[in-house]
Amino acid sequence: MSEDLLTTFTELLTSDFGVPADEVRADATFEALGLDSLDIVELTLALEDRTGVKLGDEDLEHVRTVQDAIDKVKERQA
Amino acid sequence: MSGGRVTEHGPERDVVVTGMGAITPAGRGVAATWAGVLAGVSMATHDERLAAAGAPVAVSCRAPEFDVDAELGRGSVRRLDRFTHLALIAAREAIAQAGLVDGDPDVITTVDPDRTGVVIGTGIGGGESWESEYARLSVEGPARVSPLFVPRMLSNTAAGSIAIRTHARGPNLTVNTACAAGASAIHVGRDLIRSGAADVVIAGGVEAGITTIAISAFAQMGALSSNPEPASASRPFDVARDGFVMGEGAGIVILESRAHAEARGAKPLFTVAGCGASADAFHATAPPEDGGGAALAMQRAIEDAGIPVERIGHHNAHGTSTPLNDIAETRALRTVLGEHLPNVVVTSTKGVTGHLLGAAGAVEAILAAHALREGLVPPTANLTHQDPDIELDVAHGAPREVRLEAVLSASMGFGGQNAALVLTKA
Repeated sequence: MSEDLLTTFTELLTSDFGVPADEVRADATFEALGLDSLDIVELTLALEDRTGVKLGDEDLEHVRTVQDAIDKVKERQA
Repeated sequence: MSGGRVTEHGPERDVVVTGMGAITPAGRGVAATWAGVLAGVSMATHDERLAAAGAPVAVSCRAPEFDVDAELGRGSVRRLDRFTHLALIAAREAIAQAGLVDGDPDVITTVDPDRTGVVIGTGIGGGESWESEYARLSVEGPARVSPLFVPRMLSNTAAGSIAIRTHARGPNLTVNTACAAGASAIHVGRDLIRSGAADVVIAGGVEAGITTIAISAFAQMGALSSNPEPASASRPFDVARDGFVMGEGAGIVILESRAHAEARGAKPLFTVAGCGASADAFHATAPPEDGGGAALAMQRAIEDAGIPVERIGHHNAHGTSTPLNDIAETRALRTVLGEHLPNVVVTSTKGVTGHLLGAAGAVEAILAAHALREGLVPPTANLTHQDPDIELDVAHGAPREVRLEAVLSASMGFGGQNAALVLTKA
């Protein structure tokens, strides 16, 4: 499951945000990938299309890395 | 008119241009744009995107495409509207020519960035973003509206983004006088330097408003040409003119006092000798028949320059190719120039570029400055049968060689907002 979500994030970040695929790793911070807070909200909209999970402001409060976001999505899916 | 005004001149008061940048339907860059308007061939084409959307007019003048993320950095497509992309590209060219950078093409290092201002004119702002995001709202609902819509559509994002890139922390303004905005921005920028609020101002205009909704509305009001043949649709001053062709683009200049330019060894390209502004106080979209408001702006610019009208040898017209504008502008010129009118060679570069709306005044100031420097007035494209009511000497067919000392450029915006500039040699 976690690997699938990493694939989903990689696809979204490369296709919608222009991030090179080799930069997307679970421990990469969104900041290092060039995304600011507005970009992350935009990412959650695309994520909802793909996973049906919508992360709100409170979910995003402590999200720094791709793995943080994957954990939040899994939490919501559980 | 007030007669007693004394215009002071001197190296501290004279404001010169030391850099120019443009991206227009006639080309990428100032040199390509100037070559394009000299060629005198309309750049209007069939617009596939408008046709596919079922727009009532599918003719436009689009600026050259470029790889936005490659040139402006990753995420620029998503974060910024096209009007900001165009402004950033034109600003970078102007900054380079003025020598404001040394290394990084965006970061100002050779003048004080804290004393560098930005004044950008635009009529519409992020029009494409309004259209696409409203479509998303309609289809997917409010929860799917992007937060990036806000910075994308805000009309001050072009000026703000130029500051973010260049680190210019002087006064940062956005001027909207609709189709006069590019000229108004140069006027405001000139005044910021004269007032001492800034040493250098990045000033100009930008527009990227070729959207289905805007084209539909302009067509509904009868302002756009309905000529189905793109190449002959924009024909200022011609008896067969029936409206304008919408264009897009940006024009940016670097303004500073002559003293500031000389102190840092920058070469002045031309002088912004006079600026004039006025309102028609008449109608939301139509000019008064006598062009009285436009005449006031032109008179004020000439008075501000402190030169007799006989020195003006060329007028880069607003010349939109609408029946109303071209007649009103002719009458305004007759009022302002009087017996000198036949000696002034007029052109409308909109025959080639279409109407760049908020960018027009800045791009046309750049083109008028080229005419001044090279003694060459570009031809008005598609002028084959001049309207007998347009009693002007309009260059057409080929560039006209003229010895020029001073040139006039005027812009008239919806809302009845007018701006005029008088340019003299460096």
